Amino acid sequence: MKAPRNQAGHHHLERTQAERVERDQAERDQAVPARAFRGRTVRAGGGLSVRVDIRAFTVVALLLVAALTASVVLIGTGDFPIPATDVLKTLLGNGDAGQEFIVNELRLPRVLVGLLVGASLGLGGALFQAISRNPLGSPDVLGLGQGSTAGALVMIVLFSGSATQVALGALIGGLATGFAIYVLAWKQGVHGYRLVLVGIGVAAILTAVNGYLITKADLVDAARAVVWMTGSLNGRDWAQVWPLLILCAVLVPLVLGNARGLRMLEMGDDVAYALGVRVERTRLLLLVAAVLLTAAATAAAGPVGFVALTAPQLARRLTRSPGPNLVPAMCMGATLLVVADWASQRAFGADQLPVGVVTGVLGGVYLLWLLATERKAGRI
Amino acid sequence: MRADGKMSGKSSGTTSGKSSGTTRTGADGGPHMNDQGSTVNRLSAESVTLAYDQRVIAEQLSVEIPDNSFTVIVGPNACGKSTLLRALSRMLKPNQGRVLLDGQVIQSMPAKKVARTLGLLPQSSIAPDGITVGDLVGRGRYPHQGLLRQWSTEDERVVRESMTSTGVAELADRYVDELSGGQRQRVWIAMALAQQTPLLLLDEPTTYLDIQHQIDVLDLCAELHEEQGRTLVAVLHDLNHAARYATHLIALRDGSVIAEGRPSDIVTAELVEEVFGLRCQVIDDPETGTPLVVPAGRKARTTAAPAAGVTKG
Repeated sequence: MKAPRNQAGHHHLERTQAERVERDQAERDQAVPARAFRGRTVRAGGGLSVRVDIRAFTVVALLLVAALTASVVLIGTGDFPIPATDVLKTLLGNGDAGQEFIVNELRLPRVLVGLLVGASLGLGGALFQAISRNPLGSPDVLGLGQGSTAGALVMIVLFSGSATQVALGALIGGLATGFAIYVLAWKQGVHGYRLVLVGIGVAAILTAVNGYLITKADLVDAARAVVWMTGSLNGRDWAQVWPLLILCAVLVPLVLGNARGLRMLEMGDDVAYALGVRVERTRLLLLVAAVLLTAAATAAAGPVGFVALTAPQLARRLTRSPGPNLVPAMCMGATLLVVADWASQRAFGADQLPVGVVTGVLGGVYLLWLLATERKAGRI
Repeated sequence: MRADGKMSGKSSGTTSGKSSGTTRTGADGGPHMNDQGSTVNRLSAESVTLAYDQRVIAEQLSVEIPDNSFTVIVGPNACGKSTLLRALSRMLKPNQGRVLLDGQVIQSMPAKKVARTLGLLPQSSIAPDGITVGDLVGRGRYPHQGLLRQWSTEDERVVRESMTSTGVAELADRYVDELSGGQRQRVWIAMALAQQTPLLLLDEPTTYLDIQHQIDVLDLCAELHEEQGRTLVAVLHDLNHAARYATHLIALRDGSVIAEGRPSDIVTAELVEEVFGLRCQVIDDPETGTPLVVPAGRKARTTAAPAAGVTKG
């Protein structure tokens, strides 16, 4: 958050035209500081060149290390603690039978669901925020979580459905909400503010619907509904891992392939058009991907609060890089969720506190901090 | 006046660009041969009907942008100048008619190919949070890049040159949101230059700038036109700026071209009254000799008959 400093550097404007023309090429090139362009460029034969932002690259590497470390620790945490070395040994296939069952069948899928859900929410949130050009344009605020909840509650309350049916209901609810928001907000392109305002309206309606469904439910269903609504990784197994993994394997490359177009979209539709981005196509594709990622993550773990909102913002502050920061946001989301799950188990014992409570508390504190600093910077 | 104004028709050739200040559009200068080998200008709109939803802005509007000209579009508010610019840059698809770029319908061309030929500096541009001048200008290279060709030495050279020719090279590592309005506009122009397009459209590039920076930006445009030989099309509000800098002026009213041609040929008191509904005198600019519009005093305007289109539009 930088305060604008408008008075600086007028001197170049006073330079006369003649002087400007006189300067020779060598001087011209020296005038541009080397640090003007972020990152290093890796060039290979055949005109290949890839630009790497060193700081963002480091952040991603550190986040990955943190996520994996937290995962190993998390797998070792529980009623039957396992040392990290044994966890690693077991994961590599050299553990004893008892540990193998606990690690591979009980705790590993739960951690994988956590990583995938966190990554999906982080990426989905970064996409939504970039497309709406607004940090508040994240799926939690736009009502996608409420939509998934409505779908899940219908299954729980009206049909007493199985876990799979509840997940399916949540997925359909999320996708339908995403579609509704897009249709309602769409008029010659989705504009940031309209998207956010329509999303808030949809969220309010769905919250009312969800409240109604819970009051209609009997006590058992209502308790189940409330647990689902908090967002939890309890009892997640391989059945949740595979669909999420396949979805991510398809969507993540697709999204990253369009990331450069998204960077151009940040500067406004007109600029993106002028630069040759197919604006509507890129935006629709990325929105669909973001809705799918968010809905699938919510179907797997419930509406885990604030990860989609905070992960992209935290990642951005770490990389200090402009742009949507998609990969850092994804890694940040995965790290956040696994660390939050570990924190909830560590502080309150296994399966006592749903992870959504921890992310909600962390996210809420973070949001207040964000608003306070933005206020200081004079932006709100 | 009208006869002169309509001089640049379909057959109008191009001028040498460097000496455009003294060259009459369409009168001399060898005809430009484009890729198709015909003698048409690179960018033109052929009887286009432009509308937002159902609101029609212009009907059957035809405009030719003379190659190597600094064309300025003027007209009262809501006359369709920006709309015309959006159509020329393929952001608005005409309901009828077509916009041609190098003989091809612009909508049918690949987006990146258009973006390598025709640049646009829109009014609504947003500098991303925390972006440096160098990075923002670098984004202008997008149409020349690909997934595996992200930053060539050519990209870097062009970006440096663009920053130097717009005088923002020293600001390269500064954050864009720290800059003044005038500096920021130069940075956006540098980004459009980095796109390396022979044609560059600018939508009200001087709006919100104080007089010093307005002139500064227009000087820069004139330089780009004269030294780099680019074809510039700008929408401007200030008629006097338009008359001073344009080599080709297009006056629009209610979505129709009222007159077009060299400012000194077409800017008259009658034209200003017809286009803007303003009584005025047109005198020679003491600095440049171009037409200078001096609005009539308040008393003269209120006592005179209401403005009316004397000549047909």
